[in-house]
Amino acid sequence: MNPEIIIHAGLATGTILLFAAIGEIFAERSGVMNLGVEGMMLLGAMAGFSTSLVTQNVWFGLLAAIFAGGILSLAHGLVTIHFQADQVVSGLSLTFLGTGLALVLGEGLTGQNPPLIPNVSIPVLSSIPFIGQVFFGNHSILVYVGYCLIPITWYFIFKTRPGMHLRAVGEKPSAADTLGINVYRVRYFYVFVGGCLAGLAGGTISLSVSPGWYSSQTTSGQGWIAVAIVIFAQWNPVRAAVGGYLFGMLRRFILDLQGPALLFGFQNPIFMNHNLSFFLQMTPFLLTIIALVWGSQAATRKRLGSPAALGIPYIRGERGL
Amino acid sequence: MRFPFTIQVEKRSEDYPKWLPLVTSLSAVIIAFIFSGIVLKFVSGQPLKVLGFFFTATFGSWGVFSDTLVKATPLILIGLACSLAFKMKLWNIGAEGQFYLGAFFSSLVVLVPLVPPDSPKIVILTAMVLMGMIGGAVWGFIPGILKARYNVNEIITTLMLNYVAIYWNNYWIFGKWSDAGFQMTPMFEKTAWLPRLSDYARQTPALSGITLHLGVVFGLVAAFVIWWIMERSRWGYEIKLIGDNPKAARYAGLNISRNIILVMMISGALAGLAGMAEISGVVHRLQERISPGYGFTGIIVAWLAKLNPFAVIVVSILFGALIVAGREIQPSGIAFLLQGTILFMVISSDVLLKYKIHLVRNQEEKA
Amino acid sequence: MSSHSSQTSPPLAVEMQDIVIRFPGVLANDHVNLTLKQGEIHALLGENGAGKSTLMNSLAGLYKPVSGVIKVHGEVVNFNSPRDAIAKGIGMVYQHFMLVPTQTVTENILLGLKDPKFFMNLATYNKKIQALQEQFGLKVDPTALIWQLSVGEQQRVEILKTLYRGANILILDEPTAVLAPQEIDDLMNTMRSLVANGKSIFFISHKLNEVTAVADRLTVLRKGKVTAEGIGIEGINREKLAELMVGRKVIFQVEKKIQEPGDVVLDVKNVSALNNKGFPALKDVSFNLHQGEILGIAGIAGNGQSELAEVITGLRLCSGSILINRQQAANRPPGMIIDYGVSHIPEDRTGVGSAPNMSIAENTIMKNYDQEPIGSRWRINFSSVREYASMLKEKYVILAPSINTQARKLSGGNLQKVILAREISCFPRLMIAVQPTRGLDVGAIESIQGLLLEQRENGTAILLISEELEELLSLCDRIAVIYEGEVTGIVDAADANLTNIGLMMTGSLRSQ
Repeated sequence: MNPEIIIHAGLATGTILLFAAIGEIFAERSGVMNLGVEGMMLLGAMAGFSTSLVTQNVWFGLLAAIFAGGILSLAHGLVTIHFQADQVVSGLSLTFLGTGLALVLGEGLTGQNPPLIPNVSIPVLSSIPFIGQVFFGNHSILVYVGYCLIPITWYFIFKTRPGMHLRAVGEKPSAADTLGINVYRVRYFYVFVGGCLAGLAGGTISLSVSPGWYSSQTTSGQGWIAVAIVIFAQWNPVRAAVGGYLFGMLRRFILDLQGPALLFGFQNPIFMNHNLSFFLQMTPFLLTIIALVWGSQAATRKRLGSPAALGIPYIRGERGL
Repeated sequence: MRFPFTIQVEKRSEDYPKWLPLVTSLSAVIIAFIFSGIVLKFVSGQPLKVLGFFFTATFGSWGVFSDTLVKATPLILIGLACSLAFKMKLWNIGAEGQFYLGAFFSSLVVLVPLVPPDSPKIVILTAMVLMGMIGGAVWGFIPGILKARYNVNEIITTLMLNYVAIYWNNYWIFGKWSDAGFQMTPMFEKTAWLPRLSDYARQTPALSGITLHLGVVFGLVAAFVIWWIMERSRWGYEIKLIGDNPKAARYAGLNISRNIILVMMISGALAGLAGMAEISGVVHRLQERISPGYGFTGIIVAWLAKLNPFAVIVVSILFGALIVAGREIQPSGIAFLLQGTILFMVISSDVLLKYKIHLVRNQEEKA
Repeated sequence: MSSHSSQTSPPLAVEMQDIVIRFPGVLANDHVNLTLKQGEIHALLGENGAGKSTLMNSLAGLYKPVSGVIKVHGEVVNFNSPRDAIAKGIGMVYQHFMLVPTQTVTENILLGLKDPKFFMNLATYNKKIQALQEQFGLKVDPTALIWQLSVGEQQRVEILKTLYRGANILILDEPTAVLAPQEIDDLMNTMRSLVANGKSIFFISHKLNEVTAVADRLTVLRKGKVTAEGIGIEGINREKLAELMVGRKVIFQVEKKIQEPGDVVLDVKNVSALNNKGFPALKDVSFNLHQGEILGIAGIAGNGQSELAEVITGLRLCSGSILINRQQAANRPPGMIIDYGVSHIPEDRTGVGSAPNMSIAENTIMKNYDQEPIGSRWRINFSSVREYASMLKEKYVILAPSINTQARKLSGGNLQKVILAREISCFPRLMIAVQPTRGLDVGAIESIQGLLLEQRENGTAILLISEELEELLSLCDRIAVIYEGEVTGIVDAADANLTNIGLMMTGSLRSQ
């Protein structure tokens, strides 16, 4: 029950949620809701794991993970952007598809040991007292990638021209269209980015943070938690990262609660009755619901909301716009 | 030589012919099978054998056909549950959790017990049915009220509650009600079993081994009730209106919050009933794995059936067959893959309902 | 093109020859010919649905004509996207603004441009835009967010967008629809100043008097065809123009019987309410409305009219008192207000007033589906529904293949007739009609105005909210003017003076 360990572990597992959530933020800010994240993550995890195993090179594995998520997301894009099908159902179908593909193609991967992403410590920074080891010591390289991704993404979305175009397409696609921005192309691109990041998240699980292949247990709902994080982060990458890290810490905390015989000086009820751990396992999911309720209320209060065109297929009007 | 035709896509201005949805859905299913076959070939190398096996394994004899119907039973109920919710654009993805809660609540009748154990069968079963529906309704109520009051996205809340429900069940199964340390409760007394056709095997020897149970009647009755609600009742009109345009519904004086909660509760109740039927009619105990993902398959059933209650019955039988065959097919993830592919193909094919495709000869149009 | 004409006059800014534009089931432009001279203001007239916007949209690069030639400054052009049109100097100001509400003026102006390349240094651009504003006299704060601006200011942003991109051919689509009389004068001056600066302008409108005030030439479109091309403004009279637009003689006066108003049906006292952004939309509004009377609410869009309709019909909360037939209606749910005998013809036909994917029949029973013989507590009697819907379809001359046709397939006019049929058939005591004739062709407008007058004769009290002053003057008994959420005056229609009303609409005059 060491807070340093909890934060350290939280940063690692939180990175998974961070990648998936930021990917979803890109997609949703362009106006397309992608509920296939869970399937893309699982497929990415499997693709990464198996490719690393076959090629004995973890970097090819990571690329495969990213690629797998991306390809699946293009299917979602085609169906929702060009065919204008319902985004919710399409996303769900891709979760099933992605999960199914991952399970079928991943048969026999359990117990294998491919090369994994190495853990490193950043030289100068990890010597900082107190926080050095926690934030910069002995983390997967992908965790540091996550650190960098946060400010880059934030800056991109809010301070650059392509970021402004992205936001315009999600808020008022007709305005963007009349000024010559190709709404379809922008949406395809960001949906693809979202899918790639979801695939990356999956690769982070199987090749780094929780190495291995455990069938559907590999992701165990994290894709959905990422989607929820996007909502109560108000589509802001910094807040999404914080949310991801907090969830990661929570998971570690829950794990730690189950071990010791004594908890803060009292007898640990979970140690006494291991079945109580089921209630602990419920906590992330219950907390997601509570966070969503809180987030929805905050949104209504501040009159902030989702990108205005989220979930609505864009069709150039026939009788003018 | 250049291709002399161009493909022109034009938005339909009149209604599509009545036979089109059926054709597109059917082609979607076929393409899904082909795709899965390709994947299977890649993995295990014997797709045709497997897919051929599918038909014999599910329709080959009365015995397996009864198995198919047994698997179809929860799908019918959950398909109906999802159809009702989707009609109002409420995305109930939590049928799986509502199923588990329904199973749990109906088990309470036997395990607490809520009714004296020596009561007649009809009393116990009725109590279980009611409790099953209540359990599902409670699990549907939670996301319902969160959506109605706080406009919380029901996709995520229902999904999260799926996981919570499973852990909840596990706590009781692994712990207090465990049968000598196994991950299941002791088997229920015969009075808590839904009657099956094989009960009459002594009178009619042909029925021996036929495990089809009363739950399928629940499904058929529910289909008729839901159909009546949707197509003939005043409430069905309100549901349709809210689903089509909530702003117009509000303008017309409808109470949207109340309807959201009501629909979620009934949807949950149907899923809960499916849970009750499964433990009372099939496994006769509360155990860890009572659903191979019925809650999710039910969503696909509803969508494929285009929310029509009678089509739900037909599609459920098809998917029941898939599940029965899936028991024998390796690898096991193939069921998920098939389901996902079918759903994906169906929604892709829906584009043909909106757009017409012409092949046009490359010619200059007369000025 | 003979060489003689190119010596005597400058090349035409725009030439559109034989343009045909087709949509599924509709021939929007049928061999249209149109020219725009350098430095002129050319008005494009026609009623709603005539094809004016479609034609201009093709010039702006949004649609490709099926056949025909477009020449800009003498050069044949082939636009594949709005970008191409913008590159050739064409700038379009749309009727429904193409602005992103959550971004600033500057960001909206810069949207879609290649410059700034990547990093946005807004301060430099704010200055650039300020300079542009001064050149053309279009003042607006570059750092303001669009949703904070008034409609007139938003329009200025739209014009600045085109000027920033170096447009020398401007297309203004119904620019005066959202402006007060004084603001319209400002716009006219802006147009003259633009022309003086070397621009050429296409100006789409259906308002005859505005067109004659500022245009040099005009072209009339009717049902996709040109009925008068490039005629000069001299000696144009309204009646002739209207006939060219509609195809038959149009009667401008409606038959309104003089009648004594009855008891007070609607009594609004000290009502205040907030809008969706949390700002005050209605401030201490009071007025009353009698049986058999039409009270008009005049005002430019966005001054509280929508909110007023919503508080009366139960769709918005408010403070103060609203008595309908002496029963308190403020903050009651819409269902209760419907029970009080109130009908509501909403501003948004498709978004609020109808269910687009449901049939005409299903739409007609929206208010009375729970009453005999249409429905009971449990069921709906579908044969009664069919009878009722068929009766309404015939009585109100709703043009549609059948009562089972989906509402979204109906034209604006027919959809409005469905809504009116439904609302009138409930025998309301009070009817709230918001912009009932907006976007409709002359024939439909006549029918609907006739139906409203008929209701008035039957003793219904009608609150008519409209942006068309002419309509208010001809239909209403009294007119209340609303400005920034306050009632700035209530006058008798018979004595109404257009200038005074215009002043009241901009808050410069208050009379009680």
